[in-house]
Amino acid sequence: MARQGPTGQTRQAEACRPSETEEIEIQLLLEAIYQRYGYDFRSYARASIDRRTRQFLSSSGCASLSEMIPKVLHDETFFSRLAQYFSISVTEMFRDPFVYQAVREKVVPLLRTWPFFKVWVAGCATGEEVYSLAILLKEEGVYDRATVYATDFNDSTLDRAREGIYEMGKLQEATRNYQQAGGKASFSEYYHARYDAGVMDHSLKERITFANHNLTVDTSFGEMHLVFCRNVLIYFNRDLQNRALGLFTDSLVHGGFLCLGTAEDLRLADVSDRYEVVDGKARIYKKSECGTRSAE
Amino acid sequence: MKSGLNEGGHDFRAVVLGASAGGSEAFAGILSTLPADFALPILAVQHLHPMDDGQFASHLGSVSRLTVATPRDKRRIDRGRVYVAPSNYHVLVERDGSIALSVDEKVNWSRLSIDVLFESPAQTWADSLIAVILSDASADGAKGTRAVKEAGGLTIVQDPASAEYPVMPQAAIDAGAVDEVLTLEEIGPRLAKLGTLSNTELGSRDGERNMNDERIRNSELRARSERKD
Repeated sequence: MARQGPTGQTRQAEACRPSETEEIEIQLLLEAIYQRYGYDFRSYARASIDRRTRQFLSSSGCASLSEMIPKVLHDETFFSRLAQYFSISVTEMFRDPFVYQAVREKVVPLLRTWPFFKVWVAGCATGEEVYSLAILLKEEGVYDRATVYATDFNDSTLDRAREGIYEMGKLQEATRNYQQAGGKASFSEYYHARYDAGVMDHSLKERITFANHNLTVDTSFGEMHLVFCRNVLIYFNRDLQNRALGLFTDSLVHGGFLCLGTAEDLRLADVSDRYEVVDGKARIYKKSECGTRSAE
Repeated sequence: MKSGLNEGGHDFRAVVLGASAGGSEAFAGILSTLPADFALPILAVQHLHPMDDGQFASHLGSVSRLTVATPRDKRRIDRGRVYVAPSNYHVLVERDGSIALSVDEKVNWSRLSIDVLFESPAQTWADSLIAVILSDASADGAKGTRAVKEAGGLTIVQDPASAEYPVMPQAAIDAGAVDEVLTLEEIGPRLAKLGTLSNTELGSRDGERNMNDERIRNSELRARSERKD
């Protein structure tokens, strides 16, 4: 099958050209991880997992994907390095400013009607979107009624989220997003500059509980009024998406809100008839009171 | 994913196309020459401003006879459609031929990476994939073109001499990954020939060549470009 190239090209092709063998190797690797550590990546969208596994392979010192399997089984440090590659921690503050604008205009007015409400940021990674929401709720004068649960399956990113320390470059980008998202103050009021980084203000953290939660295996843990889960479901296959959406649906009160990433929607989901669209572009949905209106 | 062409002919099933700065008009030009019965899906990445809100895609839709669509996560890729990658997402293709979007870290300073767009289809479609690189001001795409070639696909680049910013085609050629170097004007007709349903019948009618000859010609071209390396 290899088309012969100049010297050396064929060998290189075999190292990076996927084959059925490689697909089997990745399946076995994911199975090994699941059996040994309980982390279930078997239901992740495969194209991304393939790409990340290959990226990791080149830095792992292993000659083949199969060689990674015994190392994963016997060496926990090796596994946690790999898990780091599987954990998507790319995020930014006020990502897609129009979404935050829509939350401000279409979600907050209803949150206001509850004397007390709970928000679940599922798959919070390094926490940027959690702090963005906290700032928004604060500016809308409802933060003292909120409890925010920020969860992720990866403890080390969760630690970073808890610390809330971000590079100055990221905070500058955040400032622009914040303004576009309809921010009401000066963004610099929300962090304290330390050398080339900024620490998020303590008052923002007061109402946030950071906790480990794995959408692939854990259950829902409380009644929520807003579930914020953006750019997480795209990494899951259909079955796992339906599992996660089932958890969100079980958690949400009637009339509660679900906010997904801009490339994610409910159209093909099992729970689509449980929601109505609040803002299509911003992917904000509301759990129907009666459960009959479609999110199509 | 249905097969793109007749059972007997060389079964090209998809086209990936990368363009960047200076490439948008070239891209539109190529699309405007493709016939309405062009049978392959085209997945295209065009480096856009991150705030582009689909204006580029609608511009393409206005000049092309094909349907221009935004790739949507987990959706099947349909033939005869042009999928333009949304800004801020990487576009990957699953082995079953469906779209997988990702927000992974930027590659080559861009989250609309040509390298990323080319690499996973190379796995899905192997020797049934055609990759086209237009002009660009960066080296993004060279690695992806090599991945397509290594998986057995056909790689076409715009002749650097005819590109406004020749860096990308030159990088792909330097990577030794190129089957055909064509001028911008030649790319559209070439794709039309490779990817139109009626191609085989036409080929045998005018006696010029059929799809098998096409295949032989492609391997000759490959051999030729390899000798050049």
